Amino acid sequence: MIVRLILQRLAVSVVILLVVSMAIFFATLLLPGDPAQAILGQQATPERIAAIHEQMNLDEPAWKRYVLWLGGLLTGDLGVSAATSQPVSALIGDRVGASLFLMIAAAIIAIPVGILVGILAALRRGRATDTAITGVTLVLAALPEFVIGIALVSLFATVVFSVLPAVTMQPPGTQVWDFPAQLILPVLVLVLVVSPYIARMMRATMLEVLDSGYVEMARLKGVPERRVILRHALPHAIGPVAQVIAIQLAWMAGGVVVVEFLFRYPGLGQALIEAVNYRDVMVVVAITMIVAAVYVVVNLLADIIGILTNPKLRTGGGQ
Amino acid sequence: MPQTDGLSAQELMRSKDAGSERRSTVLTRFWSQRQAKVGVILTAIVVLFAFVGPFLLPWLTGYSATEFAARPFQSDGLFGTDNLGRDVWSRFLAGGLNLIIFSVLATLVGLVLGIAFGMTAAYAGGWLDSLIMRANDVLLAVPQLVVALLAVTVLGPQPWVLVIVIGVTHAPRIARVARSAALNVINEDYIRAAEMYAMPRARILAREIMPNITGPMAVEAGLRLTYSIGAIASLSFLGLGMQPPAADWGLMINENRIALSLEPAGVLLPVLAIALLTIGTNLIADSIAHASANTNAGGQ
Repeated sequence: MIVRLILQRLAVSVVILLVVSMAIFFATLLLPGDPAQAILGQQATPERIAAIHEQMNLDEPAWKRYVLWLGGLLTGDLGVSAATSQPVSALIGDRVGASLFLMIAAAIIAIPVGILVGILAALRRGRATDTAITGVTLVLAALPEFVIGIALVSLFATVVFSVLPAVTMQPPGTQVWDFPAQLILPVLVLVLVVSPYIARMMRATMLEVLDSGYVEMARLKGVPERRVILRHALPHAIGPVAQVIAIQLAWMAGGVVVVEFLFRYPGLGQALIEAVNYRDVMVVVAITMIVAAVYVVVNLLADIIGILTNPKLRTGGGQ
Repeated sequence: MPQTDGLSAQELMRSKDAGSERRSTVLTRFWSQRQAKVGVILTAIVVLFAFVGPFLLPWLTGYSATEFAARPFQSDGLFGTDNLGRDVWSRFLAGGLNLIIFSVLATLVGLVLGIAFGMTAAYAGGWLDSLIMRANDVLLAVPQLVVALLAVTVLGPQPWVLVIVIGVTHAPRIARVARSAALNVINEDYIRAAEMYAMPRARILAREIMPNITGPMAVEAGLRLTYSIGAIASLSFLGLGMQPPAADWGLMINENRIALSLEPAGVLLPVLAIALLTIGTNLIADSIAHASANTNAGGQ
């Protein structure tokens, strides 16, 4: 039962990624001009254009090119960058790790912070703490990530205090995590963008659960308040929050682009912006596919966790 | 319910005078919240600046916002000049109009598409419902900003591209809400009644179902407007929205942030304006949600 549900969900994810890849590939066909011309620029001679056409299969029909491109994608061959004439995979290889590191660091901080703040607000319902948390999270949820980023940079790196680096400098041969001070602001921006949603959802579901009959029952039985919250209330309240967390993690795959641009963080997002500026289609397409894959995988994992933790399915009695 | 032959479900509703009464209570409940007032005031201030600002420019400096008024980083005028010698205050006053207009347009595109597809999916059911919702899943599998970047790569950074792509990427999210809101009313008797009067389907959707999902849709409108402002300002900030030499808040932040410590006003003024605007619209959306929560959950 559970295995079948998970396999079903997995199949849906694969189909979604396939359709996304088709949509992206055929969108690039709308581009005016000849890609070979774009790669060669001034040095375009008919012979060289013909050679590139041969190399990139540009004379084949669109569907065949799609199949070849998809095959390349699956085997790690992401095509050639028009701007630098280098393989795309060499261009973005290291950057995948840097971006993932940023996202994972932010997630590790944002998830517990969001959950704890949400619980705190729910337990202090209607009091000053709750009002403050609700107000601050509502404000933070409204702000675009670059606004939060600029505010933090002004506050900690330039105008008010100058204690933290405002941009990421990465000498060749080093990794981003060799310079922890440079990571503080980018990670903090992502945390401040993501955790308010988690906190708001946690507060809402926790309030609902605290009003329920079984929490009242536990209290009437004389169960210590700590145990009521941790054992009786929290497990029921956390379910819907898991979905919000998944949405936020998936969102980070896109939000990280702006943060990386702002801090000149050497990740995928910055490479994407540069590629868009140069209209370097193969790079844009490759990064878009990677981001879509991350997005789909995070959602898939969230759904699998949802299936595994759903008590109705555990006994096979669901449906 | 009294027998009223020959009256449409619409007229039935009107005869009970329920519509106008309910609307006034939602409005009262909306306005009775402190955060609603704060939201409206914040939004009004920024919108006022954005709309009146462009008319004040010649009077302020004698130059347009894109002309060179002085040398770089002078203390001329209220907030000095930027790295190209343009008056920062003038560029700030001129820089909000496009952002607000394009954000509103993008939100409208999203609402029209989302409501149309969401209601159709709910009302038609069957394969059409499945098709629309699966298409939704595909659109939702790529982050909004990344779709926008792909569109800008292929079509170029023109305003209409931004409006369409932000609107289209809002649509699946709005469609989901519209669909589930519409599912709540689809089995009501007055829909059956309208069907028995052989009312055309488009008319049922527009006149019977749509008025009943205005609450959640108003919340969506406020929320999506907040995100539209953020998305369009972000794209300009990334250098892929409004193009130089336009005066635009997002672009201003990008151009002036290198000189953040030298000329903070060039960055902080537009940042503050965008922040107040998005906070304002988000407070309004949240207040609408609080005000309409009771009516939509519990029927009339």
